[in-house]
Amino acid sequence: MTDDKDVLRDVWFGRIPTCFTLYQDEITEREAEPYYLLLPRVSYLTLVTDKVKKHFQKVMRQEDISEIWFEYEGTPLKWHYPIGLLFDLLASSSALPWNITVHFKSFPEKDLLHCPSKDVIEAHFMSCVKEADALKHKSQVINEMQKKDHKQLWMGLQNDRFDQFWAINRKLMEYPAEENGFRYIPFRIYQTTTERPFIQKLFRPVSTDGQLHTLGDLLKEVCPSAVAPEEMWFTWVMPKSDVLMIYLSYC
Amino acid sequence: MAEEQESALRLPPSTAPEAEGPTEVSPETATPEPPSSAAVSPGTEEPVGDTKKKIDILLKAVGDTPIMKTKKWAVERTRTIQGLIDFIKKFLKHVASEQLFIYVNQSFAPSPDQEVGTLYECFGSDGKLVLHYCKSQAWG
Repeated sequence: MTDDKDVLRDVWFGRIPTCFTLYQDEITEREAEPYYLLLPRVSYLTLVTDKVKKHFQKVMRQEDISEIWFEYEGTPLKWHYPIGLLFDLLASSSALPWNITVHFKSFPEKDLLHCPSKDVIEAHFMSCVKEADALKHKSQVINEMQKKDHKQLWMGLQNDRFDQFWAINRKLMEYPAEENGFRYIPFRIYQTTTERPFIQKLFRPVSTDGQLHTLGDLLKEVCPSAVAPEEMWFTWVMPKSDVLMIYLSYC
Repeated sequence: MAEEQESALRLPPSTAPEAEGPTEVSPETATPEPPSSAAVSPGTEEPVGDTKKKIDILLKAVGDTPIMKTKKWAVERTRTIQGLIDFIKKFLKHVASEQLFIYVNQSFAPSPDQEVGTLYECFGSDGKLVLHYCKSQAWG
């Protein structure tokens, strides 16, 4: 794991320059200036936008404010997807900064989950980590941890503290020396071309004849349509290492 | 816990083919019928292939959450966790605003937009997916 430290750092500190603009139909008392922020790829929108919320609420009346939500070119942004995933999935071909529209009205119930507090984000994040560990170690590692370790993972993410996070996450990424990897590799494939949330299947790191699987092997097996057409390309990131994410989009 | 009435009854089909968002299910049509008319006899574990449209799920209550008389259901793979939550709430005659949590492996709560078919493929065993439901957060 130590060999990867530079890569882990680069992934962790990946940022997307973003411009937040208030939706034109929101009622304000004076003009709302856009707000600029560097968004951490590995985090969640509703976790890192307190300042955005405050900025716009300053020019609004209390009665015109309900739950905040974000949209990019007409698509409501799911806060429970990592920010980097949202950007790569929806906006990677557009120029920076990423232009996000901020709403305080007409919450799109059909498309978004409510996010009434940070506790909801924490519960979602921990659930993802637990699901990943169920695949990697039959939940053994996560279950052997103490409550304070779980808290440290979350606080590490929330406060953007790489060392704090990785001191715990390191254990979740280990496997016995005699084995060539996890039991199954946690991954999700997100596609822009389908309404389905994502593809997720059981996939072992090593083939039955002992060969280490490659990313190409994974795609061929679980998403053959993605490998065939030549105009297709894919990016591969490992945002917070709990769920390995591979996502695909058309050029 | 005895699972004497484990007949695989069918959840009413969702109104939308892709089960987007909460699906309307009427509690009347979901009322369990006598086991004799059940599609799968109790105890049989027929192998479920990828091609099969529906999967079997086993619903278990946690803590003081009311149990469902029928525990085993056949549901479409594309049904979401939210769709399932709505169904259980209606079945138990809970008010819509009441919270209900669903857990896999007695460990994690999949997000409401996750499809049960995906969970079945990764966490199903013996031809079915076991899900625990609870009125409060059971496994932090």
